[in-house]
Amino acid sequence: MVHATSASAGLDTLPRLLARNVDKFGDKPAYREKEFGIWQSWTWSEVAEEIEALALGLLTLGVNEGDHIAIIGRNRPYLYWSFVAAEMVGAVPVPLYQDSVAEEIAYVLDHCDARFVIAQDQEQIDKVFEVHDRLPGIEHMVYLDPRGMRKYDHTALTKYQVLQEKGRADGDRAELNRRLDKQTYDDTCVMLYTSGTTGKPKGVVLSNRNIIETSKASSAFDDLRFDDEILAYLPMAWVGDFIFSIGQAFWTGFCVNCPESPATMHSDLREIGPTYYFAPPRVFETQLTDVMIRMEDAGRFKKWLFHHFMAHAKKVGPDLLDGKDVGLGDKLKYQLGELMVYGPLKNTLGFTRVRVGYTAGEAIGPEIFDFYRSLGINLKQLYGQTEASVFITQQPDGEVRSDTVGVPSPGVELKIADNGEVFYRSPGVFVRYFKNDESTASTKDAEGWVATGDAGFVEEGSGHLRIIDRAKDVGKMADGSLFAPKYVENKLKFFPNVLEAVVFGSSKEYCTAFLNIDLTAVGNWAERNNIAYSSYQELAGHPEVLATMQSHVEEVNASVAEDPMLSGCQVHRFVVLHKQLDADDGELTRTLKVRRRIIEEKFADIIAALYDGSPEISTETEVTYEDGRKGSIKATLEVRDARVFEIRKVAAE
Amino acid sequence: MNALTGGNYTTADGRKIGNTMMEMKNITLRFGGVVAIKDISFDINEGEIRAIIGPNGAGKSSMLNVISGFYNPQEGEVWFHGKKRPQMRPYQVARQGIARTFQNIALFEGMSVLDNVMTGRLTHMKSGMLSQMIWKGKAEKEETENREVVEKVIDFLEIQAIRKTPVGRLPYGLKKRVELARALAAEPKLLLLDEPMAGMNVEEKEDMSRFILDVNDEFGTTIALIEHDMGVVMDLSDRVVVMDYGKKIGDGTPDEVRNNQEVIDAYLGVAHD
Repeated sequence: MVHATSASAGLDTLPRLLARNVDKFGDKPAYREKEFGIWQSWTWSEVAEEIEALALGLLTLGVNEGDHIAIIGRNRPYLYWSFVAAEMVGAVPVPLYQDSVAEEIAYVLDHCDARFVIAQDQEQIDKVFEVHDRLPGIEHMVYLDPRGMRKYDHTALTKYQVLQEKGRADGDRAELNRRLDKQTYDDTCVMLYTSGTTGKPKGVVLSNRNIIETSKASSAFDDLRFDDEILAYLPMAWVGDFIFSIGQAFWTGFCVNCPESPATMHSDLREIGPTYYFAPPRVFETQLTDVMIRMEDAGRFKKWLFHHFMAHAKKVGPDLLDGKDVGLGDKLKYQLGELMVYGPLKNTLGFTRVRVGYTAGEAIGPEIFDFYRSLGINLKQLYGQTEASVFITQQPDGEVRSDTVGVPSPGVELKIADNGEVFYRSPGVFVRYFKNDESTASTKDAEGWVATGDAGFVEEGSGHLRIIDRAKDVGKMADGSLFAPKYVENKLKFFPNVLEAVVFGSSKEYCTAFLNIDLTAVGNWAERNNIAYSSYQELAGHPEVLATMQSHVEEVNASVAEDPMLSGCQVHRFVVLHKQLDADDGELTRTLKVRRRIIEEKFADIIAALYDGSPEISTETEVTYEDGRKGSIKATLEVRDARVFEIRKVAAE
Repeated sequence: MNALTGGNYTTADGRKIGNTMMEMKNITLRFGGVVAIKDISFDINEGEIRAIIGPNGAGKSSMLNVISGFYNPQEGEVWFHGKKRPQMRPYQVARQGIARTFQNIALFEGMSVLDNVMTGRLTHMKSGMLSQMIWKGKAEKEETENREVVEKVIDFLEIQAIRKTPVGRLPYGLKKRVELARALAAEPKLLLLDEPMAGMNVEEKEDMSRFILDVNDEFGTTIALIEHDMGVVMDLSDRVVVMDYGKKIGDGTPDEVRNNQEVIDAYLGVAHD
């Protein structure tokens, strides 16, 4: 049973971990930040002093146990310390996304009854002031960057350093110690608001047990050590950053580095050379595109050298990383490549020292994933949620693939429901949603199992979890086989030519698809091949474009067919749409996610043609221009048949 | 003359304006037979943002060049901090705490942003060329101190990301900001800006306006600026001098100037007969 675990050696709160770190690594850098062009650093002893001063300062403001303290700003050591200072006085830190608008901030501040706010600068303070009249609960605000703050009324506003000074001078140390002594493993460590893609954000309450058990297990999983370095650049309100930059940092004692500004992130990354690194797929994608564009501009010899060695890396790199056997010749050639291409490239990207790298959040394209792996960067995938204190599954070294999210993290149990939804149970499972018992009950059952909302399955043999789609989008086809549109759509979208794909097939005989071309990629191709076109519509309907799209669809079919469970999702027929799916027309959400229901209604005639076998379909579609005017476009679309592949029977059937 | 002459008042947004810092008395500047500035007097108060406006060829830049010591007027006196200023070379004026930016950007294109901004510290460097070359003791310490000032300016103007970029590779709007950084690095008491917004788009203008206000507010720097964008001038400045054909035709708060018939005529144009 998960709750049987107890903290090792009294290390059951962050303040106690801090004290342990002071004893063990007192003189070792704990936090660094680049400011005024130099990396400023603080040792664990200095950090402990700073945090204590702030905690004493908070006491002088009258912070009570159980109060909520909102923290808004970008990754800065001072703000990380305020998390721990809040905990020391028995309050609950609540980080907010710094790019939220005032309205969103107002919702969270109101929902958690925040009495205090610690904000980075004038911008954040102004946002709170904007909604202040609706939030009578806020008593005092603390700011870090004094710029522009001089003229503000300071009766309920204090500068961070001033508060620390006050704490050092008049703070009640006895009271602080009294509060510290009381804290237990099951007290709340932090409250994080989920970004809220559906409905209002929910406050996820995580206990010391959740955070410390998770940090302990995940640090052991990847052998994280006190001499590791990370770059903290992802939003502080995101659970991952809390686990990496506070949880694991406090558990292992490694050093957290904060960039000078968001714009300098890449050069700071290069200067620090982190050994443990996390980035969402988008970041890896942009970096790869940058590299490729710069290579296009390089001289012919350099270009040849790059492509020649990258081809070799693709062949043997991943195997070498997984410790598999490769021929001596290949090994030597890879070493030569390391000297001439991979090494310098990794250095440019700032990945020279990366020992453990993770990506998560959405599907990563296999080419992108393989590119980094083939360079010898140990990039892995993990699958997690705020409610799980991040880790549900992760890939162990040597078992890394782009299509799975790995095996259950230590201490995590997995269960797949009949409808394919993934459930988990672990020491990291959240305590409850704040002031929302209804949602808590519908997400977490009495035995502690939590629904992820994602559908997936555990692969036989390897034991790896594979996520296929959001559970509510997964359906059955007419013959009863599994229908997971997003799984196929993601595969289609990995082609640079395909901007968007929508797959249909729920309760149908076979699957069909709408495709949108990517005007940049396809337009570029048309230019290079002297293909003239005057409009998006004309380019999308060009026979050669259709042929390319068909080859993409067939390639995807071939790869889908390899998967016995999902092979029914092969796309039999498709059309390339005459217009780009657009949020202005309601076809996509503002965050550019496909709205299936609306597309099904709006393009019902085209979907009918996909299933009645007709070779083409004439249609008229209403469009909304950016200024709000409406118009319509007429088009005759060719419906193409794609080759499908034989379904490989599973032995057990 | 207007009500605010002589200084010592508080602005609507709560900034304290001090005594008269600089006074131009009956300045006349001629180039051969051409009279660029004709008998102009005005003053600049401590902590104030003072704009000089006027149509093309009105003599605004010449006036700025008189203040910065680049031109010496044939007639008239320049008073600075209550003392009459003798004829000075521009570097002597710079040592008095007056820094400027130029209408056409005058940066070292091949040098990095950092090096360009460092040149702004030149008037504060005391060590000689030889000790600079040997780079021990005093010269090294001096550079560290100056670098600290420069880094604060870089932080203030939010140009950390381009610190090591050669200026030649920067877009126009950023070059203007680097020029401002170099002027600020000199820690001036009086900052002269010659058309800081010229050629900028709306967003860049907004950024630059913000920085000008912040400089004035945070460091208490007095600012004299020439600008064509009337919206910017009216929003930023405390007082405005209007010039036309080398003569002063208006002087006062933005509102006073806006309603001055002579100023309206100069801008909209009337028949000269």
